[in-house]
Amino acid sequence: MSTTHADAHPKFLQHHFGTAFQQQESSKLGMWLFLLTEVLFFGGLFCAYAVFNAWYPETFVNAHKALSWQLGGLNTMVLIISSVTVALAIRSMQLGKKKLTFNLLAITVLLAFVFLVIKYFEYSHKIHLGQLPGNLYTYTGIEGTNPHLFFSVYFMLTGLHGVHVVAGIIAISWMMYRVHRGDFSAEYYTPIEMTGLYWHLVDLVWIFLFPMLYLIG
Amino acid sequence: MSHDSTAALSYLQEPKGLKSWLLTVDHKRIGIMYLCAIMFFFFVGGALAVILRTELLRPERILMDADTYNQFFTLHGAIMIFLFIIPSIPAALGNFLLPLMVGAKDVAFPRLNLASWYVYVFGALFCLYSIISGAVDTGWTFYAPYSTTTSTSVISMTLGVFILGFSSIFTGLNFIVTIHKLRMPGMTWFKMPLMVWGLYATAIIQVLATPVLAITLVLLIMERLMGVGIFDPAMGGDPVLFQHFFWFYSHPAVYIMILPGMGIISEVISTFSHRKIFGYKAIAYSSLGIAFVSFLVWGHHMFTSGQSEIAAMIFSFLTFFVGIPSGIKVFNWVTTLYKGSISLETPMIYALMFLFLFMIGGFTGIMLGALALDVHLHDTYFVVAHFHYVMMGGTVMAFLAGIHYWWPKMFGKMYSERWAKVVAVIIFVGFNMTFFTQFILGAKGMPRRYYTYLDQYQPLHGFSSVGAWVLGAGFMIMAVYFIASFWSKRKVGDNPWGALTAEWETSSPPPQHNFLTDPVFKHGPYDYDKIAVVGDYYKQSGGTKMAEKI
Repeated sequence: MSTTHADAHPKFLQHHFGTAFQQQESSKLGMWLFLLTEVLFFGGLFCAYAVFNAWYPETFVNAHKALSWQLGGLNTMVLIISSVTVALAIRSMQLGKKKLTFNLLAITVLLAFVFLVIKYFEYSHKIHLGQLPGNLYTYTGIEGTNPHLFFSVYFMLTGLHGVHVVAGIIAISWMMYRVHRGDFSAEYYTPIEMTGLYWHLVDLVWIFLFPMLYLIG
Repeated sequence: MSHDSTAALSYLQEPKGLKSWLLTVDHKRIGIMYLCAIMFFFFVGGALAVILRTELLRPERILMDADTYNQFFTLHGAIMIFLFIIPSIPAALGNFLLPLMVGAKDVAFPRLNLASWYVYVFGALFCLYSIISGAVDTGWTFYAPYSTTTSTSVISMTLGVFILGFSSIFTGLNFIVTIHKLRMPGMTWFKMPLMVWGLYATAIIQVLATPVLAITLVLLIMERLMGVGIFDPAMGGDPVLFQHFFWFYSHPAVYIMILPGMGIISEVISTFSHRKIFGYKAIAYSSLGIAFVSFLVWGHHMFTSGQSEIAAMIFSFLTFFVGIPSGIKVFNWVTTLYKGSISLETPMIYALMFLFLFMIGGFTGIMLGALALDVHLHDTYFVVAHFHYVMMGGTVMAFLAGIHYWWPKMFGKMYSERWAKVVAVIIFVGFNMTFFTQFILGAKGMPRRYYTYLDQYQPLHGFSSVGAWVLGAGFMIMAVYFIASFWSKRKVGDNPWGALTAEWETSSPPPQHNFLTDPVFKHGPYDYDKIAVVGDYYKQSGGTKMAEKI
């Protein structure tokens, strides 16, 4: 190891790491810890869901019928496919295929937009009917006590998830730019891998949301 | 020999210019920037405390009306907790020391580290803005439903705290990865200094608990903005759920505050006893033990909040478990002192003060954890006194021990040891006057957070207020001698105290990349039984006596 810094290192290796392996391992551990914080962040809301579902089980069963399981199911498929494409993007970068990586990332971003568009139709339908959280709730067609709480939880959960989808679009687009710029190679692809991990988490959160909100009862 | 290495330019001298500081990714500079920021907020929070105590001198109005008083105690709490004490040891001292102690050039993610400082400042601006736009009066706990209905600026304060949480998470994440991946060759887990173990346990809590506070505050803000009703009983929501969420973070958070302090105490006691730390592994494991238990005891804040009796009993029982790892630490520190060659420099004086005050804080904590007693003492000054004995008598004393201990390493300057000792005595006296009195007040039934009180409490309140002035005066003198130390001509040397951890092997202050040659692990952090080092400080001040002692 050099005593000054960076002389003999490859360009992507930051000066405070001894080896590329050490750098990659550090990034991975850091990313997993970040994902852990995300799980706990959503965990609070899952907990609120569990409490109100236990308090008002009939309301929750009645209210979930207001959600379209067809659209929710379609979105689940969209996200799962996008998880596959982002995984394939990492694989193709490991093989050094830049063009393919770029295209697979582009497909992932496209699918993320498809998800948001479907979500937009779902949201606007609910806003139209007044199936809204808390004080804003004006719908009258759901039997049971406090149906607005179901929609509070629904909008908080899907809204936060939506914010994460948008963040994913930004992150993956940034990766596309960096692939285009030629930052990555078969030796160095850590940022794409980390972005992929994040995207899998966004997918995974939805996999939990879908049955909890759309399929109960 | 040690002065030769200072020939290289230090991190303070190079690179030059304001921009090089604002855009630095050097953990040492970021640590110093954090130190400046937290000291500013310590001053603000402290000034608020002195004003509060002055108001409480007599039951009638002295300085402010009741509403203003509510805002003042809320701001004192929120600023001290979120802006000072949580980032104090990890983000300021920890940032500076962790890479040095494990022999790394920097933390694992230097840019994230800088980002954490800016996120901290950004969050702090929201908190400061909330002060001028109708300061919060909810208490630092922001309990719903009052926090969702009060007309004060809850949103900007909680948004500020939400943002500050990210800076805390970034620091914790960085530390965990640094400790796992960047230790110098040869430094295995059980050869790490105990300060590093303390920071590691702290970082685990920061990463696991802070996100729960984040979602809680998001829900609180949404409650105020759109009335989502999750915490509103009128809409079928649950205000107790807010308390569960809040304490799920905030109880572990008090261990974010104390664990790194315990790390400092382990270093200081071993160094100034010139003796190998007793029970190294037990202290290391007990840090992890405290971190683990911290997640299981949040319900002891809610004995009177309407959780079920069985839950209260279980939480009470689990709370006693905190006493075990804490007791293990205290016994090991005391055993380290036993037959050591103790030298009473300022850091050691603060460490001994920590032992004394932390034990009072800890034992009263066990008292409050006992279900039946807590129902009586709940929301009285007894709780206030307990909290301050642990947080100020514990964490702040450890922080003061640490800042005196590492001041020569950070700045290459030595403060006036004589003044430092005088101030240590003033602070000890002032602290006990202020807060021991409050144990008695609380036991007699004085409720916390009250603007006024019955005449029978006046003598004790008055005594406590005078104590706060003594304490305030002590800190003012401390600020003066620390600032004056920058003009000190005295050379401090690389290793003023004769300690064996790695940060003392580089120059004071260290060069930009910490070590001129890549460090390799040579000896254990506490091998005082094998290696005799006489600190440069003792060499200068007639240290032959010390040399004979060891």
